[in-house]
Formats: sequence, structure tokens, C-alpha cells
Amino acid sequence: MTSSTGTPTGSLARSVQFLQRRHRFHWAEIIPWILAIAVFYLLPGYRLLATQILVMILFALSLDLIVGYAGIISLGHTAFFGTGAYITALMASNDIPDPILGLIAAAAGAAVLGLVSGWVLLRTTGLTLLVLTMAVTIMLQELANDFDEITGGFDGINFTNSEILGLIELDQLWYSSSYIYVLVVLFFGFLTIRTIVYAPFGRMLIGIRENTQRMSAIGTPVHQRQVSVYIISAAIAGIAGALWVQVQGNVTTEVYTFELSGEVLIMLILGGTGRLYGAFLGATVYKILESTTEQVLGTDEPYWQFAIGIVLILTVLFARRGLFGIFEDIVKKFKGASKGEVQ
Amino acid sequence: MSSFLIEITTVLVFGLAFSMLLFILSVGLSITMGLMGFANLAHGSFAMAGGYVTVSMVSKTGAPFAVALLVSFVIVALLSILFERVLYRHLYRRPELDQVLLTIGIVFASIATVTFIWGPDPQLILMPEYLSGSVDLGFNNFPRYHIFMIVAGAIIVAALFYGLERTNIGAQIRAAVDNRRMAESCGINTGRIFTWTFALGSGMAALGGGLGIQLLGGIKPVFALEYLVIFLIVIAVGGMGNIRGTFFAALILGIIDFAGKFYFPEGGAFIIFAVTIIVLLIRPHGLFGKA
Amino acid sequence: MKKYLIPAISAAGILALSGVQADAREYKIGFIGPMSGGAAQLGQQMERGAKLYMKLHKGELGSHTVKMIVRDSKRPGGPIAKAAAQELITRENVELITGLIFSPNAMSVAPLINKSKTPVVIMNAGTAFIPNMSPHMVRVSFTMWQAGYIMGQHAANKMGCKTAVSGYSNYPPGKDSIAAFRKGFVASGGKVIDEIPMGGPAKVPDMTPFFQRAKSKNADCMYVFVPAGNHAAAVAKTYQALAMRKAGTKLVGPGDITQDTQLQGMGSAADGVVTAHHYNMFLKSAENQAFVKAWQAEYGANSVPDFVGVGGYDGMAAVYAAIKGANGGKLTAAGAMKVLRGWKYNSPRGPISIDAETGDIVQNVYISVVRQKGGKLVQEIQQKFEAVKDKCKELKLGKCGKKLY
Repeated sequence: MTSSTGTPTGSLARSVQFLQRRHRFHWAEIIPWILAIAVFYLLPGYRLLATQILVMILFALSLDLIVGYAGIISLGHTAFFGTGAYITALMASNDIPDPILGLIAAAAGAAVLGLVSGWVLLRTTGLTLLVLTMAVTIMLQELANDFDEITGGFDGINFTNSEILGLIELDQLWYSSSYIYVLVVLFFGFLTIRTIVYAPFGRMLIGIRENTQRMSAIGTPVHQRQVSVYIISAAIAGIAGALWVQVQGNVTTEVYTFELSGEVLIMLILGGTGRLYGAFLGATVYKILESTTEQVLGTDEPYWQFAIGIVLILTVLFARRGLFGIFEDIVKKFKGASKGEVQ
Repeated sequence: MSSFLIEITTVLVFGLAFSMLLFILSVGLSITMGLMGFANLAHGSFAMAGGYVTVSMVSKTGAPFAVALLVSFVIVALLSILFERVLYRHLYRRPELDQVLLTIGIVFASIATVTFIWGPDPQLILMPEYLSGSVDLGFNNFPRYHIFMIVAGAIIVAALFYGLERTNIGAQIRAAVDNRRMAESCGINTGRIFTWTFALGSGMAALGGGLGIQLLGGIKPVFALEYLVIFLIVIAVGGMGNIRGTFFAALILGIIDFAGKFYFPEGGAFIIFAVTIIVLLIRPHGLFGKA
Repeated sequence: MKKYLIPAISAAGILALSGVQADAREYKIGFIGPMSGGAAQLGQQMERGAKLYMKLHKGELGSHTVKMIVRDSKRPGGPIAKAAAQELITRENVELITGLIFSPNAMSVAPLINKSKTPVVIMNAGTAFIPNMSPHMVRVSFTMWQAGYIMGQHAANKMGCKTAVSGYSNYPPGKDSIAAFRKGFVASGGKVIDEIPMGGPAKVPDMTPFFQRAKSKNADCMYVFVPAGNHAAAVAKTYQALAMRKAGTKLVGPGDITQDTQLQGMGSAADGVVTAHHYNMFLKSAENQAFVKAWQAEYGANSVPDFVGVGGYDGMAAVYAAIKGANGGKLTAAGAMKVLRGWKYNSPRGPISIDAETGDIVQNVYISVVRQKGGKLVQEIQQKFEAVKDKCKELKLGKCGKKLY
């Protein structure tokens, strides 16, 4: 994602400068990162959950790139998430425990799968594409289950990573270093995606989403562009999968389930597609409802599904552009008729 | 030779029974997706509701299985009209993703609701005598329930085709599926047509839910989500909105699924998905879909 | 959680007033199980078993109390169970973790509790090597090897089966189970002619193609393993629908295929099925009859306990034993293991103990046959094998023979 992971601050500064030229940052965009840091200090007991939420945000962001910007609806994004997860886990359990190396390999592996499957599948659209993407991930899950000598199958395998850059151990109880590690990777992943969507390439994707035929008519190689964005999205999903299992120290066939594909799509639509921060909001709200509904209500009865169901229905009926749409509407009200910051 | 005959009849009879179930479960969704382009992922919830109504009727009131099926058809059809009027109709002109979110919301809420009412255990019913046990045909014997499933499926399919091909309302539905705008300009009230088709499709799903209790190990809360995958596959392979296509897709996938599991159980669910991928890559709009 | 708050506050009040019982302590323990999703009925059974023990043995801890905090593991995989465990240990400060239906739940929690040194009592998760993953874990449930191996021997020796086919849900416990059966069956002179994977554990497939394949092999016995819960009824019904008994193939398996909560729904289909298992609700012992009676008094006459419920009940007995051992002090992993490794108990399933070396359960295994009596199905015990250990660890097969931490 960034060539100079060794000096994150320098790279950060450069990225910011670069981005400010491309697309002005709004001061409000710092809010989620401040919140993320606040969560680290205020809720140490929920830190594994919080870390999982950060990973899911990255996963949802990768999906937003194809769903929200390129208009490719997929129910099989776990194909990439899971591939990244297994690559990292199998490397770690076979004496290549370096987490950064794991991320890179995961991104590469998922990108290759993205290239192959994207090249073939993206000739179709709509329900057909939905079913094809779903079929691919379910077949991968079957394979992972069948080759359980290698993958551990349904039970999965446990593994341990070495220290990040030889210095920082991924803590398995308080998850402090894990949280920071994931947050940093998420930040760079986010910058990458943000850069892409505000670049001419991203604008072209929106053009394809809005009117494929016209874009084709003005000379855009539509299929090639779609495959390109699919590969990028796959690579980022692969990184998310790698982070997911590195933090857990454990991988099971669950990383390939179609249910998880559905969940991340729901998170994204719930938050709002095609505007980056929707993924942040959607993943957070979904995971919090999923994990803490019973604690908040003070019951042992499982109410979370009901709670999520109702939130989804209400969101569709009353918030036309996802939860982030509500936020945008409020901002708009305060600003009067001025333009919204994020598209 | 005789063992070959046994195997062929086995695959055909059992595959056909499963195909019929698949068709009854999926056809409603195919029509609603074809007619209104509405992505109703809550279709499985209506099927599940049908299963629970059937179970409750049989075990609480002692109603005969066939009566319970009919009652569940009516109740779920009415229930679906309520949902259509209150929730779905707000979203006809909204993006597909909004429809996905709404209907998945309904799935989640329905799973939670049936868990509260019936508990998490799978609900089973004891079949009447004439539906349990097996029929001996000399060279091979088959479970009575599978034979019943095929016969019931054939009757339902025949009725459906008759209704669509030979009746006035059927002609209107076909016209609306083929070209909604044109049908509207010919004076067909596609809104009302949709409501009725939606109710019919949900009722059919309810029948499927009831009929599937015996074949799928009881009815349980996760049903609504578990079978979504298979509905989508059948519809995509058959071609959205194409009833004939849905029927043949169910037939092919049901039989291939059975044959695959019978001959290569190691392949698991792999085979049916591989077939789906191949078919859809060759014919992206389904076997009988419009290009 | 609110319902626990009031006694806790009043206990604190009494404490403040009297100032005598300074040693009265509330032990917080975490319970992780699937309370929703496809396996919710197992989570409910286990929780009911655990809570029944707590209710029946209120006075046992003197002035100390136990607060059980329930967390939903939702899915079989690790992430949610592990996040729940982290929250329970670091935020709720629980002193012990129990529950754990699925093997991957237990496996993913292992590294965490090794770090925090929190003792764990596994109430269900059955993959054989799990207790090898942590020195702080014990298991009160079962391993696939206990029932599978004995069933293999019994099928060959007592049921006259010379050939057998196996059908199993395609995941590690399923493979464990048929491997155990094969070992026992072959050791007694039988021959396994086909082993048929029957789909994954998460969904109940249409069983017919697999059973039809098994039928076409004309074996004397068919050994079936499916996970507890939804699959069992489909097994019996498919077996009956295909008239396999008439064709001369006897259905045998671990007790998962005649799970008590599923049994009555199977009707005549289950008649004659022979199983090897560590529990069914028809055991004649006084402990079991009292247990079943108490269960039905608590949860209604229509509710029955099964082996998962007994796992919850016995698990809580182990937890209470550990707490008693702590004697009002903090419950440490070392202290709990000192009590629990080698612990003996008179369970509804018969005498059980925890192997001091492996941390795994040692228990009786019963051969039972299902019979129809007065419109109901009952399980008759035909034979009893006492103090059965996990064969996989005894033979040191694969991961069973290694320390995994």
C-alpha cells in the first residue's frame, strides 16, 4: 500500500500533501480517527471487538470501491478476504510468521484471484454476477473444508505471528498493539482508496456506474477498467482478511462463507454506498448491534438479530442514503444550501 | 444391467422430488424479480412462515397434513399482501441495494421472531401413515413421501402453467413480465397484478416450506437464510421471470445435485456450483432468459 | 444482567451492616455458547443444564455466590467467541470461562486464556485434541473416540456385522468419529467398505443421496455421525424412507443420532437404532432420575434434557468444585486445575472423572437401543463400558499425542 512502511510519518506527510492537491481534506474527516483513538483508551475491555470493527471497515471500504463507485454488486467478496486470510495463516503456520510479509502476500494472492475471476465474471451483470461471485466463494469454502489436512477445515488452525518489524508483538490479551497495527493499516488503506476515487480513474468508474454504454461509446475500455478496480478491491479485501486472522491468531472456513459476504454488503449499504465514510458507520453500527445488544438490554435472550433487522428496515424507510445520509442531511441543514463535502 | 436400472431410477426419482421442491420454493421469487425487478431476499422468510404454520396446524390442532398446507398457503399469501402494502411498495422505484437492505432486515427480524415463538429447535411433524414408509416396485423401492412430493409438485406445476397460459390474468402477468410499460399502456394495472403475483409466489413458497419439512430435517429459524443461496441459483440459471426456465433449472439442478452427491459425495456442494458457473458463463441470462 | 444486580447489591448491604462475613465473595464466571443461529438449541440446552445445577446447589458454596455472565458465540468460527472471551476476561474480570459448544470456539479461545491464565471448563466442544491446547483447560463432555471406537467393537462382536459403511458430516469431529469406528470395527474383524461425506455441519442437507449410496453397498451396518442438533431427525427419517432396515443394513452411531431432544420427533423411524453414548435421559440411576425430574419441574414437562444439557450441568458441577477449592480466595488457573484434574463426580450419566494428565473426561459409555413403548420412544441400555478414556490420546494419534501450547 505504501512503499515506505518503515517511516510512516514521512509517508503520511507526503500522502497528505499529495491528497490535498487532489482533493481537499475537510477538517471533519479527522473525527473518525480521533474516535478510534478515544476508543483505544476508553474501552480496553472491548478492544478485540473494536479491532474487528476496524478490520470490517477496511473490508467494507474495499467493497465500496466496486459496489459504490463502479456499480459492481458482489455477494462473493469473501473470496478475496478468505484467500488473504488463508495465505497469511498458512504462511505463519509454515515458518513465515512475519505479519507485514503476510499482508503483502495476502494482497498479492487476492489480487491474482481478482484478476482471474474478474476477467471472467465481470462480463456479466446483475443477478448473474451476484450468483457467480457467490458460487466462487462457496466453492473456495468447499475446497478449504475438503483439504483440512492443510487448512484445518471447519475447526481451523491456530498460529502465531512474529513481531511487527521485529519490534512489536501482537498482543493476545489486551490487543493494544494489534489495535494500533490495524488502525495504521486501515488508515493507509483508506488513503489509497480515497486517492483512487478522487483521481480521474475514480471519476471514470462513476461514469461507468451511471451509464456504461455512454462510457463505452466515448472510448473507455469498460471491461478493462472494471477488472482493474476489481483487482484493487480484491487486494484490499485480501489485506483485511489477513488482518482479521492475524489479530485472532486463528483461521477457520468461516472466512469464506457467503454469509460474511452478505454481512459486509449489508454493513456497507447500511452506512451508505459510494461515499467512504458510509463503510465506517455501517460496519461500526452493525458490529456493535451484533455484539452488545444483549448487554445493553441486560438479557440473555438473543435480541441482536431482531435489533439489526429493525435498524435495517428503518434505515431503508427513513434514511434514503444509508446512515451516513442522515449525517449528511444534518450537516446540510446547518450549512443551508451549501454543497456537501463528500460526494 | 439391473443394478444400472436401479441407479438410474434412483437418481431420477429422488432428484425429481428435490427438483419439485426447488421449483415450488423458487418460482415466486423468480416472478417477482422478473415482474418488478424487485430483489426480495425475504422470500425464504415466507417459505419459513409456511413451514411453521404447517407444523403448528398439524401438531396443535391435529389437522391433516394436506389441509395444513392449504391453510399455510392462504395465511402466508395474505401476510405477504400486508408486507407488500406496508413495506415493499415504498421501494419499487428505489435502487436494488435499498431493496436488499429492507428484505434482509425482514429476514433477520423474522428469524428472531420465530425463535421467540417456537424456540430454536427444529420443528418436526409425524407424517400420516399413507406418507411414511416406502413403495416396493419390484426392482427398486421408493419412499412414499418422495412419490407424493413428485405428484404434488406435478399438480402444482400443471395448475400454474394452466393459470398462466390459459387464463386472462395469466396472460396479463405474462404481458407485464415481458414488457411492463407496454402492458400498462394496454390498460393492465401492473400494480395490482404485482400484488396478486407476489401473494401467489409467497403462498407457493409457503407450500414449499411445508412440503420441505420432511425432506430437510424439520423447519427451523435459520431456514430463511439457509436456502437463499439455492433460490438465487435456480432463478439465475432459469432466467429471471421465466417460469418455464425456472422449472427446467430446478429440474436440472435437482437431479444433478442428487447424482453428484450419490456418485461423488466427496465433491459436496461443489458440483452444483460448478454447474451453475458453467451454465451462467455460457448463457449469462439463464437457460431461457432474454439476452 | 439486571436480575443479578439486586442480590449483589443487597449482599453488599448485608456485608456492610454485619461486617462479619467479610469473606463472602461473588465469583464471576463467563459462559460462551451459541444463543442464536443454527445451533441455538444446543446453547439453550447447555445454559439450562448449567443454570439448573446452580439452582439445585445454591447453598453449596456457603456465603459465596456465583454470577454467570452469558455471551452469545453466534457462529461456529472463532472471532465472536474470542472477542466475547476477551471482553469477559478484561472488562468483566471473570475468573473462569465455560460453555463452548463448537470446537473452533474452544480452539480460538485457547491462546487467549493461556495468556490471561484463566481456567476453562469445556461443556461440549468435542474435537479430540482440544485439551492439549492449554494447561488451563479441562473438558467434561466427550470425545468422538469414546463412542466411535466402542460402537465399532460392538457392531462387529455383538451385532454380527461383517461389513459396514460410514456416513459423516464432513468436518474434523465427523472424521474423528468415523476413524474411531473404523479402528474399533477393523480391530474386531470387520471391514469398512465405504465412507461417505454427507455435506458440511452447518446445514442439514437432503440425506437421501448419501443414504441411497450407502444402501447400494449392501453392508451389514451403517455407522452415521452427524453433529448434535438439526441433523439427527433427517438421519432416522431417511433411513426409514429408504427401507434400509428391510434391505438388511442396521443403523448404528454415536448418541448424536438419537439425541433425546430430537428422539420423539423421529417416530417409528428410530425404532431399533443402536447407539454408543455417554448419556441418554433413560438411564436408570437415581442421580439421573432426580436430574430429569428436576429438569422437567424447571423447564416444563415437554422439555427434556439431552447430553448437551448434562454437559452444562456437569460443567457447572466442576465449576462449583473449583470455587469450593478456592475457599473464598481468587480462582486461579493453578488452583482450579489442582482441583479439577483428577476431579471425580457422580453425574446423571454415571460416575465421571477428569484425567489428571490430559484434562479430558473419563466416563461410562452405554450401548443403547431405541424401542417403541406406549406410543413413545425410549432408549434401552444393553451394555455398559466403565471409565472409558479418550482412545485418540491413549494411542497418541496425530495432534492427540502432542502438547499444543
